[in-house]
Amino acid sequence: MGHRVPRVTQYLTEHFADEGFATLSGYRARGGYETARRVLRDQSPGDVIRMLKKAGLQGRGGAGFDAGTKWSFMPEPHHGPNYLVCNADESEPGSFKDRLLMTRGPHQLLEGILIPAFATGAAMTFLYVRGEYAEPARILRRAIDEATAEGMLGSNVLGTGFAHQVVLVRGAGAYICGEETGLLESLEGKKGQPRRKPPYPAECGAFGRPTTVNNVETFCHVPHIFERGVDWFRSMGTDQSPGTTLFGVSGHVERPGVYELPLGTRLDEIIFEHAGGVPGGRKLKAAIPGGVSMPLLPAGHLDVPMAGEFLRERGSSLGTGGVIVMDETTCMVRVGCVISEFFRDESCGQCTQCREGTGFVHKLFLRIERGAGTAADIDVLEDVAGKMEGATICAFADAAAWPVQGLLRHFRSEFIEHVHTGKCPLPDGFEL
Amino acid sequence: MVSPAVRAAIDEEIAKMPEKRGALLAALRLVQEERGHLCAETIQEVAEIFELHPAEVMEVVRFYNHFHERPQGRHQVNVCTSLSCALRGGRGLLRQIQAHLGIRAGQTTEDGRISLGHEECLGACGNAPMLRIDDAYHLDLDWLRTQQLLDGLE
Ligand SMILES: Cc1cc2nc3c(=O)[nH]c(=O)nc-3n(C[C@H](O)[C@H](O)[C@H](O)COP(=O)(O)O)c2cc1C
Ligand code: SF4
Ligand code: FES
Repeated sequence: MGHRVPRVTQYLTEHFADEGFATLSGYRARGGYETARRVLRDQSPGDVIRMLKKAGLQGRGGAGFDAGTKWSFMPEPHHGPNYLVCNADESEPGSFKDRLLMTRGPHQLLEGILIPAFATGAAMTFLYVRGEYAEPARILRRAIDEATAEGMLGSNVLGTGFAHQVVLVRGAGAYICGEETGLLESLEGKKGQPRRKPPYPAECGAFGRPTTVNNVETFCHVPHIFERGVDWFRSMGTDQSPGTTLFGVSGHVERPGVYELPLGTRLDEIIFEHAGGVPGGRKLKAAIPGGVSMPLLPAGHLDVPMAGEFLRERGSSLGTGGVIVMDETTCMVRVGCVISEFFRDESCGQCTQCREGTGFVHKLFLRIERGAGTAADIDVLEDVAGKMEGATICAFADAAAWPVQGLLRHFRSEFIEHVHTGKCPLPDGFEL
Repeated sequence: MVSPAVRAAIDEEIAKMPEKRGALLAALRLVQEERGHLCAETIQEVAEIFELHPAEVMEVVRFYNHFHERPQGRHQVNVCTSLSCALRGGRGLLRQIQAHLGIRAGQTTEDGRISLGHEECLGACGNAPMLRIDDAYHLDLDWLRTQQLLDGLE
Protein backbone atom coordinates (compact mmCIF):
# COMPACT_ATOMS: atom_id res chain seq x y z
CA MET A 1 0.00 0.00 0.00
CA GLY A 2 2.04 2.87 -1.33
CA HIS A 3 5.14 2.00 0.60
CA ARG A 4 8.23 3.07 -1.24
CA VAL A 5 11.05 0.58 -1.25
CA PRO A 6 14.09 2.15 0.42
CA ARG A 7 16.48 3.91 -1.92
CA VAL A 8 19.56 2.82 -0.05
CA THR A 9 19.52 -0.78 1.13
CA GLN A 10 21.84 -3.09 2.98
CA TYR A 11 21.25 -6.36 4.80
CA LEU A 12 17.93 -5.49 6.48
CA THR A 13 16.18 -4.13 3.44
CA GLU A 14 18.14 -5.87 0.68
CA HIS A 15 15.20 -7.95 -0.55
CA PHE A 16 12.41 -5.49 0.13
CA ALA A 17 11.81 -4.77 -3.55
CA ASP A 18 10.88 -8.44 -3.93
CA GLU A 19 7.21 -8.84 -2.95
CA GLY A 20 7.74 -12.56 -2.43
CA PHE A 21 10.11 -11.84 0.44
CA ALA A 22 7.07 -11.22 2.65
CA THR A 23 5.89 -14.83 2.14
CA LEU A 24 7.31 -17.86 3.90
CA SER A 25 8.35 -19.58 0.67
CA GLY A 26 10.06 -16.44 -0.62
CA TYR A 27 11.85 -15.94 2.67
CA ARG A 28 13.02 -19.54 2.80
CA ALA A 29 14.20 -19.39 -0.79
CA ARG A 30 16.70 -16.80 0.46
CA GLY A 31 17.90 -19.06 3.25
CA GLY A 32 15.39 -17.77 5.77
CA TYR A 33 15.08 -19.52 9.16
CA GLU A 34 18.28 -21.51 8.59
CA THR A 35 20.24 -19.27 10.96
CA ALA A 36 17.68 -19.67 13.73
CA ARG A 37 17.64 -23.44 13.14
CA ARG A 38 21.42 -23.62 13.47
CA VAL A 39 21.56 -21.39 16.56
CA LEU A 40 18.77 -23.22 18.37
CA ARG A 41 20.29 -26.60 17.51
CA ASP A 42 23.96 -25.93 18.16
CA GLN A 43 24.25 -23.13 20.71
CA SER A 44 23.29 -22.66 24.34
CA PRO A 45 21.34 -19.62 25.57
CA GLY A 46 24.51 -18.42 27.30
CA ASP A 47 26.47 -18.65 24.01
CA VAL A 48 23.84 -16.58 22.26
CA ILE A 49 23.89 -13.83 24.86
CA ARG A 50 27.69 -13.73 24.90
CA MET A 51 27.81 -13.38 21.13
CA LEU A 52 25.19 -10.64 21.11
CA LYS A 53 27.07 -8.72 23.78
CA LYS A 54 30.21 -8.91 21.65
CA ALA A 55 28.28 -7.67 18.65
CA GLY A 56 27.19 -4.61 20.63
CA LEU A 57 23.76 -4.26 19.01
CA GLN A 58 22.13 -1.14 20.42
CA GLY A 59 18.36 -1.11 20.80
CA ARG A 60 16.69 0.74 17.94
CA GLY A 61 13.56 1.84 19.84
CA GLY A 62 14.97 5.16 21.00
CA ALA A 63 16.94 4.61 24.18
CA GLY A 64 19.85 2.75 22.54
CA PHE A 65 20.33 0.19 25.32
CA ASP A 66 22.65 -2.74 24.56
CA ALA A 67 20.46 -5.68 23.50
CA GLY A 68 22.71 -8.51 24.72
CA THR A 69 23.03 -6.88 28.13
CA LYS A 70 19.27 -6.53 28.38
CA TRP A 71 18.77 -10.20 27.57
CA SER A 72 21.31 -11.16 30.22
CA PHE A 73 19.04 -9.64 32.89
CA MET A 74 16.45 -12.35 32.31
CA PRO A 75 16.37 -15.04 35.00
CA GLU A 76 15.99 -18.73 34.08
CA PRO A 77 12.29 -19.51 33.90
CA HIS A 78 11.03 -20.91 37.18
CA HIS A 79 7.50 -21.41 38.50
CA GLY A 80 6.11 -20.13 35.21
CA PRO A 81 6.98 -18.72 31.82
CA ASN A 82 9.31 -15.93 30.71
CA TYR A 83 8.03 -13.59 28.02
CA LEU A 84 9.38 -11.49 25.22
CA VAL A 85 7.66 -8.41 23.82
CA CYS A 86 8.19 -6.95 20.39
CA ASN A 87 7.44 -3.24 20.56
CA ALA A 88 5.71 -2.37 17.28
CA ASP A 89 3.90 0.66 18.62
CA GLU A 90 5.98 3.02 16.45
CA SER A 91 4.38 6.41 17.02
CA GLU A 92 7.13 8.93 17.60
CA PRO A 93 6.44 11.67 15.02
CA GLY A 94 9.11 11.38 12.35
CA SER A 95 9.53 7.60 12.71
CA PHE A 96 8.26 5.25 10.04
CA LYS A 97 10.82 2.46 9.71
CA ASP A 98 9.14 -0.32 11.68
CA ARG A 99 6.09 -0.21 9.42
CA LEU A 100 8.38 -0.95 6.48
CA LEU A 101 10.17 -3.78 8.31
CA MET A 102 6.84 -5.41 9.16
CA THR A 103 5.16 -5.08 5.79
CA ARG A 104 8.13 -6.09 3.65
CA GLY A 105 9.94 -8.52 5.92
CA PRO A 106 7.59 -10.14 8.44
CA HIS A 107 9.53 -13.42 8.51
CA GLN A 108 12.84 -11.63 9.05
CA LEU A 109 11.21 -10.20 12.19
CA LEU A 110 9.90 -13.60 13.32
CA GLU A 111 13.30 -15.23 12.82
CA GLY A 112 14.81 -12.31 14.73
CA ILE A 113 12.40 -13.01 17.59
CA LEU A 114 13.16 -16.73 17.79
CA ILE A 115 16.84 -16.33 18.67
CA PRO A 116 16.40 -14.05 21.72
CA ALA A 117 13.29 -16.03 22.69
CA PHE A 118 15.52 -19.09 22.93
CA ALA A 119 18.27 -17.15 24.73
CA THR A 120 15.92 -15.75 27.39
CA GLY A 121 13.89 -18.92 27.78
CA ALA A 122 10.72 -17.17 26.67
CA ALA A 123 7.64 -19.30 26.06
CA MET A 124 5.77 -16.60 24.24
CA THR A 125 6.32 -13.34 22.40
CA PHE A 126 3.68 -10.64 22.41
CA LEU A 127 3.93 -8.64 19.23
CA TYR A 128 2.26 -5.35 20.17
CA VAL A 129 1.29 -3.47 17.01
CA ARG A 130 -0.17 0.03 17.20
CA GLY A 131 -3.88 0.11 16.42
CA GLU A 132 -3.53 2.19 13.26
CA TYR A 133 -1.26 -0.39 11.64
CA ALA A 134 -4.05 -2.52 10.19
CA GLU A 135 -2.10 -3.59 7.11
CA PRO A 136 1.11 -4.54 8.97
CA ALA A 137 -1.04 -6.44 11.49
CA ARG A 138 -2.71 -8.40 8.68
CA ILE A 139 0.64 -9.24 7.07
CA LEU A 140 2.14 -10.29 10.40
CA ARG A 141 -0.86 -12.41 11.28
CA ARG A 142 -0.55 -14.26 8.00
CA ALA A 143 3.19 -14.72 8.56
CA ILE A 144 2.61 -16.08 12.08
CA ASP A 145 0.00 -18.54 10.74
CA GLU A 146 2.30 -19.70 7.94
CA ALA A 147 5.26 -20.09 10.29
CA THR A 148 3.16 -22.00 12.79
CA ALA A 149 1.77 -24.33 10.12
CA GLU A 150 5.29 -25.07 8.86
CA GLY A 151 6.83 -25.63 12.29
CA MET A 152 8.88 -22.45 12.62
CA LEU A 153 6.72 -21.57 15.60
CA GLY A 154 4.83 -23.83 17.98
CA SER A 155 5.70 -26.78 20.18
CA ASN A 156 8.80 -27.91 18.29
CA VAL A 157 10.42 -24.90 16.64
CA LEU A 158 12.40 -25.92 13.54
CA GLY A 159 12.66 -29.46 14.87
CA THR A 160 14.87 -28.36 17.78
CA GLY A 161 12.47 -29.17 20.62
CA PHE A 162 12.21 -25.49 21.65
CA ALA A 163 8.60 -24.35 22.10
CA HIS A 164 7.57 -20.82 21.23
CA GLN A 165 4.41 -18.98 20.30
CA VAL A 166 3.98 -15.49 18.89
CA VAL A 167 0.76 -13.68 19.78
CA LEU A 168 -0.19 -10.54 17.92
CA VAL A 169 -1.84 -7.86 20.05
CA ARG A 170 -3.22 -4.63 18.63
CA GLY A 171 -3.15 -1.29 20.39
CA ALA A 172 -6.03 1.16 20.27
CA GLY A 173 -4.56 4.61 19.74
CA ALA A 174 -2.33 5.85 22.58
CA TYR A 175 1.26 7.00 22.03
CA ILE A 176 2.25 6.23 25.60
CA CYS A 177 1.80 2.50 24.96
CA GLY A 178 5.17 2.67 23.18
CA GLU A 179 6.85 3.23 26.54
CA GLU A 180 7.66 -0.30 27.62
CA THR A 181 5.74 -0.40 30.89
CA GLY A 182 2.76 1.45 29.40
CA LEU A 183 2.83 -1.25 26.75
CA LEU A 184 2.82 -3.99 29.43
CA GLU A 185 -0.22 -2.43 31.10
CA SER A 186 -1.98 -2.26 27.77
CA LEU A 187 -1.14 -5.92 27.05
CA GLU A 188 -2.85 -6.79 30.31
CA GLY A 189 -6.02 -5.06 29.11
CA LYS A 190 -5.59 -1.91 31.17
CA LYS A 191 -5.07 1.79 30.55
CA GLY A 192 -1.57 2.17 29.12
CA GLN A 193 -0.16 4.13 32.03
CA PRO A 194 3.56 3.55 32.63
CA ARG A 195 4.58 1.75 35.81
CA ARG A 196 6.94 2.96 38.49
CA LYS A 197 10.29 1.21 38.29
CA PRO A 198 11.64 -0.86 40.01
CA PRO A 199 10.61 -3.58 39.61
CA TYR A 200 11.96 -3.68 36.07
CA PRO A 201 10.30 -5.83 33.41
CA ALA A 202 13.04 -8.48 33.65
CA GLU A 203 11.85 -9.15 37.20
CA CYS A 204 8.14 -8.47 36.85
CA GLY A 205 6.88 -7.70 33.36
CA ALA A 206 3.87 -8.93 31.40
CA PHE A 207 1.32 -10.71 33.61
CA GLY A 208 3.78 -10.58 36.50
CA ARG A 209 6.41 -12.66 34.68
CA PRO A 210 10.01 -11.84 33.70
CA THR A 211 9.82 -10.00 30.37
CA THR A 212 12.16 -8.36 27.87
CA VAL A 213 10.93 -5.63 25.55
CA ASN A 214 12.72 -4.83 22.29
CA ASN A 215 11.94 -2.76 19.26
CA VAL A 216 11.01 -4.29 15.86
CA GLU A 217 14.23 -3.18 14.20
CA THR A 218 16.38 -4.48 17.05
CA PHE A 219 15.02 -7.99 16.43
CA CYS A 220 15.47 -7.73 12.67
CA HIS A 221 19.26 -7.31 13.00
CA VAL A 222 19.66 -10.49 15.03
CA PRO A 223 19.57 -13.23 12.35
CA HIS A 224 22.11 -11.31 10.25
CA ILE A 225 24.53 -11.06 13.16
CA PHE A 226 24.31 -14.81 13.77
CA GLU A 227 24.54 -15.61 10.08
CA ARG A 228 27.59 -13.50 9.26
CA GLY A 229 29.26 -13.02 12.60
CA VAL A 230 30.33 -10.35 15.04
CA ASP A 231 33.30 -9.10 13.00
CA TRP A 232 31.14 -8.55 9.96
CA PHE A 233 28.56 -6.66 12.04
CA ARG A 234 31.17 -4.51 13.73
CA SER A 235 32.75 -3.65 10.38
CA MET A 236 29.82 -1.28 9.84
CA GLY A 237 28.89 1.72 11.94
CA THR A 238 31.00 3.13 14.77
CA ASP A 239 32.82 1.42 17.66
CA GLN A 240 30.04 2.14 20.09
CA SER A 241 27.17 1.92 17.61
CA PRO A 242 27.82 -0.92 15.17
CA GLY A 243 25.68 -1.99 12.22
CA THR A 244 23.33 -0.15 9.94
CA THR A 245 20.04 1.44 10.88
CA LEU A 246 16.95 2.62 9.07
CA PHE A 247 16.89 6.39 8.86
CA GLY A 248 13.48 7.80 8.04
CA VAL A 249 13.87 11.16 6.35
CA SER A 250 10.86 13.49 6.17
CA GLY A 251 9.90 17.14 5.95
CA HIS A 252 11.49 19.54 3.50
CA VAL A 253 13.62 17.20 1.41
CA GLU A 254 13.52 16.31 -2.26
CA ARG A 255 13.29 12.54 -1.65
CA PRO A 256 11.69 11.64 1.67
CA GLY A 257 11.81 7.97 2.64
CA VAL A 258 13.66 5.24 4.49
CA TYR A 259 17.42 4.86 4.00
CA GLU A 260 19.38 1.96 5.41
CA LEU A 261 22.85 3.30 6.19
CA PRO A 262 25.64 2.55 8.65
CA LEU A 263 25.31 4.24 12.02
CA GLY A 264 27.74 7.11 12.05
CA THR A 265 26.74 8.32 8.58
CA ARG A 266 26.83 12.10 8.71
CA LEU A 267 23.50 13.88 9.07
CA ASP A 268 24.29 16.35 6.27
CA GLU A 269 25.21 13.44 3.97
CA ILE A 270 21.85 11.78 4.68
CA ILE A 271 19.97 14.99 3.98
CA PHE A 272 21.86 16.28 0.95
CA GLU A 273 23.32 13.23 -0.78
CA HIS A 274 20.69 10.61 -0.06
CA ALA A 275 17.48 12.59 0.40
CA GLY A 276 18.40 15.12 -2.30
CA GLY A 277 18.52 18.23 -0.12
CA VAL A 278 15.91 20.94 0.29
CA PRO A 279 13.52 21.41 -2.68
CA GLY A 280 13.02 24.58 -4.67
CA GLY A 281 16.53 25.96 -4.13
CA ARG A 282 15.57 27.00 -0.60
CA LYS A 283 18.05 26.90 2.24
CA LEU A 284 18.07 24.42 5.05
CA LYS A 285 17.32 25.90 8.46
CA ALA A 286 17.33 23.04 10.96
CA ALA A 287 16.92 19.29 11.32
CA ILE A 288 15.75 16.99 14.08
CA PRO A 289 17.97 13.90 14.15
CA GLY A 290 15.73 11.30 15.75
CA GLY A 291 12.00 11.98 16.05
CA VAL A 292 10.30 15.00 17.67
CA SER A 293 11.47 14.11 21.18
CA MET A 294 15.05 14.93 20.29
CA PRO A 295 16.41 18.50 20.35
CA LEU A 296 16.83 19.94 16.87
CA LEU A 297 20.13 21.08 15.35
CA PRO A 298 20.52 24.24 13.24
CA ALA A 299 22.16 24.27 9.80
CA GLY A 300 25.87 24.52 10.48
CA HIS A 301 25.66 21.80 13.14
CA LEU A 302 24.69 19.02 10.77
CA ASP A 303 28.18 17.69 10.04
CA VAL A 304 27.66 15.20 12.84
CA PRO A 305 27.91 11.41 12.58
CA MET A 306 24.51 9.86 13.30
CA ALA A 307 25.36 7.78 16.35
CA GLY A 308 24.43 8.38 19.97
CA GLU A 309 27.94 9.17 21.17
CA PHE A 310 28.42 11.98 18.61
CA LEU A 311 24.93 13.43 18.79
CA ARG A 312 25.11 13.69 22.57
CA GLU A 313 28.16 15.95 22.17
CA ARG A 314 25.93 18.27 20.15
CA GLY A 315 23.22 18.22 22.78
CA SER A 316 20.90 15.87 20.95
CA SER A 317 20.39 12.15 20.53
CA LEU A 318 19.79 9.46 17.92
CA GLY A 319 16.31 8.55 19.17
CA THR A 320 14.59 6.48 16.51
CA GLY A 321 16.65 7.83 13.61
CA GLY A 322 13.68 9.78 12.25
CA VAL A 323 15.27 12.80 10.55
CA ILE A 324 12.90 15.77 10.10
CA VAL A 325 14.20 18.54 7.86
CA MET A 326 13.03 22.17 7.93
CA ASP A 327 13.79 24.81 5.33
CA GLU A 328 14.22 28.57 5.70
CA THR A 329 10.47 29.27 5.45
CA THR A 330 9.87 27.38 8.70
CA CYS A 331 8.86 29.37 11.78
CA MET A 332 10.48 27.77 14.81
CA VAL A 333 7.74 28.95 17.17
CA ARG A 334 5.20 27.13 15.01
CA VAL A 335 7.37 24.04 15.17
CA GLY A 336 7.16 24.39 18.96
CA CYS A 337 3.35 24.72 18.73
CA VAL A 338 3.04 21.52 16.70
CA ILE A 339 5.42 19.45 18.82
CA SER A 340 3.98 20.64 22.13
CA GLU A 341 0.43 19.93 20.97
CA PHE A 342 1.44 16.32 20.46
CA PHE A 343 2.84 16.01 23.98
CA ARG A 344 -0.14 17.78 25.53
CA ASP A 345 -2.53 15.38 23.81
CA GLU A 346 -0.57 12.23 24.58
CA SER A 347 0.46 12.70 28.24
CA CYS A 348 -1.11 9.88 30.23
CA GLY A 349 -1.80 12.30 33.06
CA GLN A 350 -0.33 10.40 36.01
CA CYS A 351 2.39 12.92 36.91
CA THR A 352 1.50 16.52 37.69
CA GLN A 353 4.64 18.02 36.08
CA CYS A 354 3.90 16.21 32.84
CA ARG A 355 0.14 16.72 32.72
CA GLU A 356 0.25 20.40 33.65
CA GLY A 357 3.61 21.17 32.08
CA THR A 358 2.78 19.88 28.59
CA GLY A 359 -0.43 21.92 28.49
CA PHE A 360 1.24 25.05 29.77
CA VAL A 361 4.15 24.80 27.34
CA HIS A 362 1.73 24.47 24.44
CA LYS A 363 -0.22 27.57 25.53
CA LEU A 364 2.99 29.59 25.80
CA PHE A 365 4.11 28.59 22.30
CA LEU A 366 0.71 29.55 20.87
CA ARG A 367 0.71 32.89 22.67
CA ILE A 368 4.17 33.76 21.38
CA GLU A 369 3.28 32.67 17.84
CA ARG A 370 0.19 34.90 17.87
CA GLY A 371 2.34 37.85 18.82
CA ALA A 372 0.75 38.15 22.25
CA GLY A 373 3.73 36.87 24.21
CA THR A 374 6.16 38.78 26.39
CA ALA A 375 9.87 38.40 26.99
CA ALA A 376 8.99 36.91 30.36
CA ASP A 377 6.98 34.16 28.57
CA ILE A 378 10.16 32.97 26.91
CA ASP A 379 11.87 32.60 30.27
CA VAL A 380 8.82 30.87 31.73
CA LEU A 381 8.85 28.44 28.80
CA GLU A 382 12.44 27.55 29.55
CA ASP A 383 11.76 27.26 33.24
CA VAL A 384 8.72 25.00 32.86
CA ALA A 385 10.55 22.73 30.43
CA GLY A 386 13.43 22.47 32.91
CA LYS A 387 11.06 21.47 35.71
CA MET A 388 9.43 18.74 33.60
CA GLU A 389 12.71 16.93 33.17
CA GLY A 390 13.47 14.03 35.52
CA ALA A 391 11.40 12.96 38.52
CA THR A 392 8.43 11.63 36.55
CA ILE A 393 7.27 8.03 36.26
CA CYS A 394 8.45 7.69 32.67
CA ALA A 395 10.69 9.47 30.19
CA PHE A 396 7.77 11.02 28.30
CA ALA A 397 8.08 14.26 30.26
CA ASP A 398 11.80 14.45 29.38
CA ALA A 399 10.90 13.77 25.76
CA ALA A 400 8.45 16.68 25.93
CA ALA A 401 11.02 19.02 27.48
CA TRP A 402 14.02 18.32 25.23
CA PRO A 403 12.65 19.76 21.99
CA VAL A 404 11.64 22.95 23.83
CA GLN A 405 15.17 23.30 25.15
CA GLY A 406 16.62 22.70 21.68
CA LEU A 407 14.40 25.38 20.14
CA LEU A 408 15.37 27.95 22.76
CA ARG A 409 19.06 27.05 22.65
CA HIS A 410 19.36 27.56 18.91
CA PHE A 411 16.53 29.88 17.91
CA ARG A 412 15.91 32.14 20.89
CA SER A 413 16.33 35.23 18.70
CA GLU A 414 13.33 34.14 16.63
CA PHE A 415 11.21 33.90 19.78
CA ILE A 416 12.38 37.36 20.83
CA GLU A 417 11.50 38.72 17.39
CA HIS A 418 7.91 37.42 17.75
CA VAL A 419 7.63 39.11 21.11
CA HIS A 420 9.17 42.43 20.00
CA THR A 421 7.31 42.85 16.74
CA GLY A 422 4.06 41.31 17.99
CA LYS A 423 3.79 39.04 14.94
CA CYS A 424 5.26 36.04 13.22
CA PRO A 425 8.24 37.02 11.03
CA LEU A 426 7.60 34.06 8.70
CA PRO A 427 3.88 34.27 7.89
CA ASP A 428 4.21 32.26 4.67
CA GLY A 429 5.69 29.17 6.25
CA PHE A 430 3.72 25.97 6.81
CA GLU A 431 0.13 26.40 7.95
CA LEU A 432 -0.60 25.92 11.63
CA MET B 1 -26.45 -8.09 22.54
CA VAL B 2 -23.04 -9.23 21.43
CA SER B 3 -23.68 -11.64 18.55
CA PRO B 4 -22.67 -15.30 18.87
CA ALA B 5 -20.06 -14.83 16.11
CA VAL B 6 -18.38 -11.95 17.95
CA ARG B 7 -18.67 -13.80 21.24
CA ALA B 8 -16.86 -16.77 19.65
CA ALA B 9 -14.16 -14.45 18.30
CA ILE B 10 -13.72 -12.95 21.77
CA ASP B 11 -13.33 -16.40 23.28
CA GLU B 12 -10.68 -17.16 20.70
CA GLU B 13 -8.77 -14.03 21.71
CA ILE B 14 -9.10 -14.92 25.39
CA ALA B 15 -7.68 -18.39 24.71
CA LYS B 16 -4.49 -16.87 23.29
CA MET B 17 -3.65 -14.83 26.38
CA PRO B 18 -2.19 -15.96 29.71
CA GLU B 19 -4.94 -14.06 31.53
CA LYS B 20 -8.45 -13.35 30.40
CA ARG B 21 -8.21 -9.59 30.77
CA GLY B 22 -5.36 -9.53 28.24
CA ALA B 23 -8.01 -9.89 25.53
CA LEU B 24 -10.05 -6.88 26.65
CA LEU B 25 -8.77 -4.46 24.00
CA ALA B 26 -9.31 -7.06 21.28
CA ALA B 27 -12.83 -7.70 22.56
CA LEU B 28 -13.71 -4.01 22.59
CA ARG B 29 -12.41 -3.70 19.05
CA LEU B 30 -14.49 -6.67 17.87
CA VAL B 31 -17.65 -5.43 19.54
CA GLN B 32 -17.16 -1.91 18.22
CA GLU B 33 -16.63 -3.25 14.69
CA GLU B 34 -20.02 -4.95 14.95
CA ARG B 35 -21.97 -2.25 16.76
CA GLY B 36 -20.30 0.92 15.54
CA HIS B 37 -19.72 2.28 19.01
CA LEU B 38 -19.55 1.23 22.65
CA CYS B 39 -22.65 2.36 24.54
CA ALA B 40 -23.14 1.84 28.28
CA GLU B 41 -25.09 -1.38 27.74
CA THR B 42 -22.43 -2.84 25.49
CA ILE B 43 -19.78 -1.95 28.02
CA GLN B 44 -21.83 -3.68 30.70
CA GLU B 45 -21.96 -6.81 28.54
CA VAL B 46 -18.24 -6.78 27.89
CA ALA B 47 -17.63 -6.27 31.60
CA GLU B 48 -19.69 -9.39 32.33
CA ILE B 49 -17.69 -11.47 29.85
CA PHE B 50 -14.46 -10.35 31.52
CA GLU B 51 -15.80 -10.51 35.08
CA LEU B 52 -14.88 -6.86 35.60
CA HIS B 53 -16.74 -3.89 37.03
CA PRO B 54 -18.25 -1.81 34.18
CA ALA B 55 -16.34 1.22 35.52
CA GLU B 56 -13.06 -0.61 34.89
CA VAL B 57 -14.02 -1.26 31.29
CA MET B 58 -15.26 2.32 30.88
CA GLU B 59 -11.89 3.60 32.07
CA VAL B 60 -10.16 1.58 29.36
CA VAL B 61 -12.62 2.73 26.69
CA ARG B 62 -11.96 6.36 27.58
CA PHE B 63 -8.18 5.96 27.64
CA TYR B 64 -7.80 4.80 24.04
CA ASN B 65 -8.58 7.07 21.09
CA HIS B 66 -10.00 4.31 18.92
CA PHE B 67 -12.93 3.50 21.15
CA HIS B 68 -16.07 5.57 20.75
CA GLU B 69 -18.91 5.91 23.20
CA ARG B 70 -21.11 7.72 20.68
CA PRO B 71 -22.33 6.72 17.21
CA GLN B 72 -19.89 7.59 14.45
CA GLY B 73 -20.22 8.32 10.76
CA ARG B 74 -20.01 5.47 8.26
CA HIS B 75 -16.41 6.44 7.55
CA GLN B 76 -13.67 7.77 9.79
CA VAL B 77 -11.44 10.28 8.04
CA ASN B 78 -8.38 11.16 10.10
CA VAL B 79 -5.75 13.61 8.93
CA CYS B 80 -2.24 13.47 10.35
CA THR B 81 -1.28 16.85 11.84
CA SER B 82 2.08 15.94 13.40
CA LEU B 83 5.27 17.72 12.43
CA SER B 84 6.46 15.92 9.28
CA CYS B 85 2.98 16.17 7.76
CA ALA B 86 2.44 19.73 9.02
CA LEU B 87 5.65 20.81 7.26
CA ARG B 88 4.25 19.49 4.00
CA GLY B 89 0.77 20.96 4.29
CA GLY B 90 -1.10 18.48 6.51
CA ARG B 91 -2.80 21.18 8.53
CA GLY B 92 -3.78 23.13 5.43
CA LEU B 93 -5.27 19.93 4.08
CA LEU B 94 -7.35 19.49 7.23
CA ARG B 95 -8.59 23.07 6.94
CA GLN B 96 -9.65 22.46 3.32
CA ILE B 97 -11.44 19.25 4.26
CA GLN B 98 -13.29 21.04 7.06
CA ALA B 99 -14.46 23.69 4.61
CA HIS B 100 -15.40 21.09 1.98
CA LEU B 101 -17.47 19.00 4.39
CA GLY B 102 -18.78 21.92 6.42
CA ILE B 103 -17.74 20.32 9.72
CA ARG B 104 -14.84 20.62 12.09
CA ALA B 105 -12.49 17.90 13.27
CA GLY B 106 -14.35 15.95 15.93
CA GLN B 107 -17.70 16.24 14.15
CA THR B 108 -19.79 14.05 11.83
CA THR B 109 -21.50 15.18 8.63
CA GLU B 110 -25.26 15.55 8.93
CA ASP B 111 -25.90 12.66 6.54
CA GLY B 112 -23.83 10.40 8.81
CA ARG B 113 -21.34 9.76 6.03
CA ILE B 114 -18.07 11.00 7.52
CA SER B 115 -16.62 11.54 10.97
CA LEU B 116 -13.63 13.83 10.64
CA GLY B 117 -10.68 13.85 12.98
CA HIS B 118 -7.05 14.69 13.19
CA GLU B 119 -4.49 12.24 14.43
CA GLU B 120 -0.95 12.18 15.70
CA CYS B 121 1.78 10.76 13.49
CA LEU B 122 0.64 7.61 11.70
CA GLY B 123 4.10 6.33 10.83
CA ALA B 124 4.00 7.41 7.21
CA CYS B 125 5.96 10.65 7.54
CA GLY B 126 7.90 10.00 4.33
CA ASN B 127 4.64 10.21 2.39
CA ALA B 128 3.34 13.46 3.85
CA PRO B 129 0.74 14.78 3.81
CA MET B 130 -1.39 11.75 4.46
CA LEU B 131 -4.65 10.66 5.99
CA ARG B 132 -6.39 7.51 7.09
CA ILE B 133 -9.87 6.52 5.94
CA ASP B 134 -11.11 3.71 8.16
CA ASP B 135 -8.25 1.19 8.07
CA ALA B 136 -6.57 2.38 4.88
CA TYR B 137 -3.71 4.87 4.52
CA HIS B 138 -3.74 7.41 1.68
CA LEU B 139 -0.33 8.87 1.01
CA ASP B 140 1.38 11.76 -0.79
CA LEU B 141 -1.87 13.71 -1.05
CA ASP B 142 -2.78 16.91 -2.80
CA TRP B 143 -6.15 18.63 -2.65
CA LEU B 144 -7.47 17.17 -5.90
CA ARG B 145 -6.78 13.60 -4.83
CA THR B 146 -8.17 14.24 -1.36
CA GLN B 147 -11.38 15.63 -2.77
CA GLN B 148 -11.79 12.57 -5.01
CA LEU B 149 -11.29 10.29 -2.03
CA LEU B 150 -13.84 12.15 0.09
CA ASP B 151 -16.43 12.41 -2.66
CA GLY B 152 -16.03 8.70 -3.40
CA LEU B 153 -17.17 7.67 0.08
CA GLU B 154 -20.66 6.20 0.25
C1 LIG C 1 7.26 8.05 25.72
C2 LIG C 1 7.98 6.89 25.13
C3 LIG C 1 7.54 6.31 23.95
C4 LIG C 1 8.18 5.24 23.38
N1 LIG C 1 7.72 4.71 22.20
C5 LIG C 1 8.36 3.65 21.65
C6 LIG C 1 7.88 3.05 20.45
O1 LIG C 1 6.87 3.48 19.87
N2 LIG C 1 8.55 1.99 19.94
C7 LIG C 1 9.65 1.46 20.57
O2 LIG C 1 10.20 0.48 20.10
N3 LIG C 1 10.12 2.01 21.71
C8 LIG C 1 9.50 3.06 22.26
N4 LIG C 1 9.97 3.59 23.44
C9 LIG C 1 11.13 2.93 24.10
C10 LIG C 1 10.68 1.73 24.93
O3 LIG C 1 10.32 2.18 26.23
C11 LIG C 1 11.77 0.70 25.07
O4 LIG C 1 12.92 1.33 25.53
C12 LIG C 1 12.11 0.01 23.77
O5 LIG C 1 10.98 -0.59 23.20
C13 LIG C 1 13.15 -1.05 24.02
O6 LIG C 1 13.57 -1.61 22.79
P1 LIG C 1 15.08 -1.55 22.30
O7 LIG C 1 15.95 -1.79 23.51
O8 LIG C 1 15.15 -2.67 21.33
O9 LIG C 1 15.29 -0.23 21.71
C14 LIG C 1 9.33 4.70 24.03
C15 LIG C 1 9.78 5.27 25.21
C16 LIG C 1 9.14 6.35 25.75
C17 LIG C 1 9.65 6.94 27.03
S1 SF4 D 1 5.76 11.30 32.60
FE1 SF4 D 1 3.82 11.85 31.59
S2 SF4 D 1 3.39 10.11 30.25
FE2 SF4 D 1 4.97 9.40 31.72
S3 SF4 D 1 3.80 8.47 33.39
FE3 SF4 D 1 4.11 10.64 33.94
S4 SF4 D 1 2.23 11.67 33.14
FE4 SF4 D 1 2.35 9.67 32.16
S1 FES E 1 3.94 13.10 10.82
FE1 FES E 1 2.26 12.46 9.62
S2 FES E 1 2.63 10.34 9.37
FE2 FES E 1 4.25 10.97 10.69
